[in-house]
Amino acid sequence: MSSTLNTTPVHLRLPYLCLVVGGGTIGTAAREGLTLAFPPAGGIPYATFAINVSGAFLLGLLLDALVRMGPDDGLRRRIRVMVGTGFMGGFTTYSALAVTTAGLLGEGGVGISIAYGLGTVLIGGAATGAGITTATVLHGRSRARSARQNPDATLNGGAR
Amino acid sequence: MTPLVFIALAVAGGLGAAARMVLDGAIKSRASGPWATMGINVSGSLALGILTGSAGEQILPEAWHLVIGTGFLGGYTTFSTASFETIRLIQERQWASGLVSGLGTLALATAAAGLGLWIGGLV
Repeated sequence: MSSTLNTTPVHLRLPYLCLVVGGGTIGTAAREGLTLAFPPAGGIPYATFAINVSGAFLLGLLLDALVRMGPDDGLRRRIRVMVGTGFMGGFTTYSALAVTTAGLLGEGGVGISIAYGLGTVLIGGAATGAGITTATVLHGRSRARSARQNPDATLNGGAR
Repeated sequence: MTPLVFIALAVAGGLGAAARMVLDGAIKSRASGPWATMGINVSGSLALGILTGSAGEQILPEAWHLVIGTGFLGGYTTFSTASFETIRLIQERQWASGLVSGLGTLALATAAAGLGLWIGGLV
């Protein structure tokens, strides 16, 4: 069933849909748990900001690490769908960010509205970049380690 | 919040994430670029705006607001993928697309949320 003969796109296959529902459920529960534990202060939902920025870092780390480990198939694809699309997608949220930004704008807090919306996008972008860089550095270290332990394998184009 | 509402909210987030994957896959099979994630985030922001705007009108019980708004729409929309796609475009030096994906999404989603809050207030 899950052989290479399956031509149904990933986003329509039931096993992947189940993985994304599972990951998204856990990610949403984590988001709501943190939001309840750290309620908004002065009308600013700092928890949502921290969730979006940390989720952006972790997704950058995860997706770059997976790409460096090999092609998008098998376990790598299942991890990408469950943890990346599901968990990180359910954990982070854009609708709450947009409604908060619009709400602050409507209440006349133009400065704080722009600071919250633009701040999330810019700091989130920097966090994504930091996640990608972290994956690159970790990958470089693990390659260097396997090269020391098994020099021939790396010469032949990979330690696998 | 009762444990049952919390569980329903979480599962709704999972279903929202699945809806996002299906729609994202359908759009990306026709058009490349950041449009799929943008469309998802802008439409979800409009929907959450309507829901939040109508919150005081008692059309839906509070629990349903949490399950649909925080749960489903929270899981349907995503910040992390939007940020990742923006940074990838910038790394590939596709400055215009990166700007649209990053700042364009923020502007459109905030405008959609504001429109939704206004529509919700009318209901």
